[in-house]
Amino acid sequence: MSEPYVSVARLDGIAMITVRADLADKAVVKAVKTSTGMTVPATASALMDGDSGLGWMSPDELLVVCPETERAATVDGLTANLSKSHALVVDVSDARAVFELKGAAVRDVLAKLVPTDTHTDALPQNALRRTRFGQVAGAFWFQDATTVRIVCFRSVADYMHRMLDQSTAAGSEVFAT
Amino acid sequence: MLTLDCPYCGLAKDETELSYGGEAHLKRHGPGSSAAEMEEYLFTRENPKGLHFERWRCSAGCGKWFHAARCTVTMEVFGTYAAQTFEPPAEIKKAITAKRPGWTWRNFQ
Ligand SMILES: [Zn+2]
Repeated sequence: MSEPYVSVARLDGIAMITVRADLADKAVVKAVKTSTGMTVPATASALMDGDSGLGWMSPDELLVVCPETERAATVDGLTANLSKSHALVVDVSDARAVFELKGAAVRDVLAKLVPTDTHTDALPQNALRRTRFGQVAGAFWFQDATTVRIVCFRSVADYMHRMLDQSTAAGSEVFAT
Repeated sequence: MLTLDCPYCGLAKDETELSYGGEAHLKRHGPGSSAAEMEEYLFTRENPKGLHFERWRCSAGCGKWFHAARCTVTMEVFGTYAAQTFEPPAEIKKAITAKRPGWTWRNFQ
């Protein structure tokens, strides 16, 4: 069998922490900066650097991504620094699965599965989109121009993995190369 | 396919990413209200051929509820606005007036 035209991998060792707090509150932005060294991203966007980063999930929800090894310290740091704000910090790593798509045609693969416009005009590289993949909820962002990371609930990871494998199979290219 | 702009994400979301939440701007009548008020709150709904105000939720997105003003005949969307309001904001009313002069909907005009 020939190789898929965009590679699919399920990633381990990436922790995810949800912060519920008013992201327009300067004290919250400062506490996140102090805890993670990163700035809260603009609406519907992500700021990612390798396995670490922040994603805008809603006006009052922030996704914090970090390597598994930094998971406990990041949760503790955020909890301590946000103690004076109306905020909630929850480690959701065990509830989620992470997939990585890599390949020049990565936007074409997304376009098969999500109702989001995946053209570069509508979806800049710093975008984070919460949407649905086929039948299940998921979010995605770009690591670089040809690499996308997808997060979904672990309970639907098997469905997601099979769907991604099918959508990247050799012969199913959207445009001939 | 209906496409609405979520006022919180600032993005165009298609119908399959949204959940419908029924008629907008209902007054909730609780304990102590009359039977007529309770009936109004629970059962009496507008069913217009034309301008309508609805609640929608960005369910496969940011999760927020918002309001939409649209035409049920042409599917034209006049605008979307925050959930935290008892009536359509001035700019939405203005946008409707531009397209449907003299419009009325329940007590709004
Ligand atoms: Zn939204």
